[in-house]
Amino acid sequence: MRARRSAPGRPALRRTAAVAAVCALSMAATACGGGTSTSDEGSNEKPKELTYWASNQGSSLEHDKKVLTPELEKFEKETGIRVKLEVVPWDSLLDRILAATSSGQGPDVLNIGNTWSASLQATGALLPWDAKNLERIGGEDRFTPAALAAAGAKGKPPAAVPLYSLAYGLYYNKQMFRDAGIDEPPATWDEFVDVGRKLTRDGRHGLAVEGGNPVENAHHAFVFGKQHGADFFDSSGKPTFDGPGNVAAVKQYVDLLASDGIAAEGNAEYGKNESVRDFATGKAGMLLWQAAASSLKSHGMKPDEYGVAPVPTRDADATGDRAVNSMVAGINLAVFKNTDNLDGALEFVKFMTSDEEQKTLNGTYGAIPPVVAAQQDAAFETPDLKVLREVLTNSSAPLPQVPDESKFETLVGTAMKELFAEAASGRKVGTGAVRDRLTEAQQQMQK
Amino acid sequence: MTALDTPHPPHPPHPPHPGDAAPADGPEPGRRSRPRPRLPARLRRAGLPYLLLLPALLLELLVHLVPMAVGIVMSFKELTQQYIRTWGDAPWAGLANFRVAVDFDAPVGEALLRSFGVTCAFTVLSVGLAWVVGMAAAVLMQENFRGRGLLRALFLVPYALPVYAAVITWSFMLQRDNGLVNHVLHEQLGLTDSPTFWLIGDNSFVSLVVVSVWRTWPFAFLILMAALQNIPRELYEAAQVDGAGIRQQLRRITLPSLRPVNQVLVLVLFLWTFNDFNVPYLLFGKAPPESADLISLHIYQSSFATWDFGAGSAMSVLLLLFLLVVTAGYLLVTGRGRKHDG
Repeated sequence: MRARRSAPGRPALRRTAAVAAVCALSMAATACGGGTSTSDEGSNEKPKELTYWASNQGSSLEHDKKVLTPELEKFEKETGIRVKLEVVPWDSLLDRILAATSSGQGPDVLNIGNTWSASLQATGALLPWDAKNLERIGGEDRFTPAALAAAGAKGKPPAAVPLYSLAYGLYYNKQMFRDAGIDEPPATWDEFVDVGRKLTRDGRHGLAVEGGNPVENAHHAFVFGKQHGADFFDSSGKPTFDGPGNVAAVKQYVDLLASDGIAAEGNAEYGKNESVRDFATGKAGMLLWQAAASSLKSHGMKPDEYGVAPVPTRDADATGDRAVNSMVAGINLAVFKNTDNLDGALEFVKFMTSDEEQKTLNGTYGAIPPVVAAQQDAAFETPDLKVLREVLTNSSAPLPQVPDESKFETLVGTAMKELFAEAASGRKVGTGAVRDRLTEAQQQMQK
Repeated sequence: MTALDTPHPPHPPHPPHPGDAAPADGPEPGRRSRPRPRLPARLRRAGLPYLLLLPALLLELLVHLVPMAVGIVMSFKELTQQYIRTWGDAPWAGLANFRVAVDFDAPVGEALLRSFGVTCAFTVLSVGLAWVVGMAAAVLMQENFRGRGLLRALFLVPYALPVYAAVITWSFMLQRDNGLVNHVLHEQLGLTDSPTFWLIGDNSFVSLVVVSVWRTWPFAFLILMAALQNIPRELYEAAQVDGAGIRQQLRRITLPSLRPVNQVLVLVLFLWTFNDFNVPYLLFGKAPPESADLISLHIYQSSFATWDFGAGSAMSVLLLLFLLVVTAGYLLVTGRGRKHDG
């Protein structure tokens, strides 16, 4: 069939010419794609327009749009600046930010998870909040120190300003506690496991954990690590994942499902907030979560059916790092450095962190305002928010603010997911197994 | 190259136009002088296919080759989060990224190798099963019976469904506590003592293969069904007269006739399956279990999740090289085989 391989003439020459043309073209195109540092600094070329990427805080993206749109209209009325809103789901937000960073084509203002602050700060894509910029939104004293500590590396101007603050709490089912004859929520882990065992009967379990979600796992590893006097990074920013304190911490958390058996085996594959559902539907009596109120409500659990207590510590009278029982969780608001409406962006951040907006938005989302003045509002005096606020002020610590933080969440969280999987399939998870996993995770950090 | 393979039309595409009276810059050497300069007819004829290909080639360049070239450049750079904003300024890393990726004694290389092994096993199983199932269905569908059209349409459903919706549905069905699969296997049929984990641990490999086969076999079915209709009925009738059974007909007529189609089909299935990102990502999320850690997801993890785009690109380039070598080798071997047959 394929009689003639090429037409007569000088095929070799023609082919060479074609190849050369392709090479030249692709090289030219590559060179074009190379340096994307088009406009490094912000400008005010488009003073009447802003693009804002919001994170998903409500029950759905639509819900967020409904909540934010009236506020953005208010801002337009005040300043004449139209804000184009896009609510970005969590599972793609970081990828989108990275893509925007590398292309230079991003929003003007955006929400970031506060644990990403130091990592994103290292890219240099975000506007540093030095004294001058902070002054334009009312100064750094307006924000709680805990929230501001989770906005960038120590000693550098913050990469973002706090927008919503959250903290982990121990959510417990009041009815299940009463049925089991338990009067008050546990304050230490020993009590916690005891209570969990009492609640674990008739197909119900003491606790629901999100074992298949690396991010949740890493958050707990951090807090448990603090309570064991350990850190996942040393003072120079080097990883110390497999230190004895961290191994003990991770083992203690995994043991809640493994040797303590107070969490159901099936929890090992939970990664889509199934643990919240299990708690809301009475399949589990306790839950360690941040700002669960609106999710619980959407699963049909009424606010008076559950209580919120601080997450337990190892000793009742622990102090310092050993008393840490939550990370400083929350959302920060950042400005892209190369925005073409710098003044407008700052104006917008000022608006979003104003007392009034802080009360409205945090109230709607069940979060705590990181703005001191707004925190005093009566709306945040509900019993559960009071507990979370005290935790946030007194016993929370920011996740390590180092550029490699997101690697830590991915690697340690994934290692814990594997440990949960092993435990759930009936294999014994000893200290050695935990250490091996953490060592492996740490080795991935060093290239 | 097909245009070159076809015999030339009896008349040249542009017959000389006597009425053309454009100013002449000069006569071409060795040719009859014409009213305006013209390329040699032979070159014009040979150039036409390239001219027609040009738009497609340019788009291909823009959509595929440029990103690939950029990726290759990236793989030689130390592209961590410090530099993604101005990645033209990232320091050149030489072969450091590649060295890390192929250092199989170190953790990163070891993990990559393991992921590569998982992917190979997965691809062989998935492509093999998809082909067998597709082939069986296509052969059975050759018979004329009532409801054939309906069955054909039904078989194509997995291929027609949006991948996101389909795989998310699978992930719900494969859940341990509330999933349909365990409901049937454990609660209704009592085949297992306790509910099985399908999305974590070693079983996740099985889940991945099943979902992947479910998604790709209709394509094999579609292609093979079309190819089967081109085999002349007379061949089978003659074989039947000669006393050949079903198995012999399949071996002596069907399979040899399908050879050219199979050559392409298996290659395409191989490339799609080996590179599959959607199915593992949707089933397991960003952190797949080790037993189902496919290479595309692994590379995504190594670049996006850990912000090391240079290393991720180096792994991608290695993957590209591997696929190129396999594809070239495959085409060479199967092509040679075909020539011997003919």
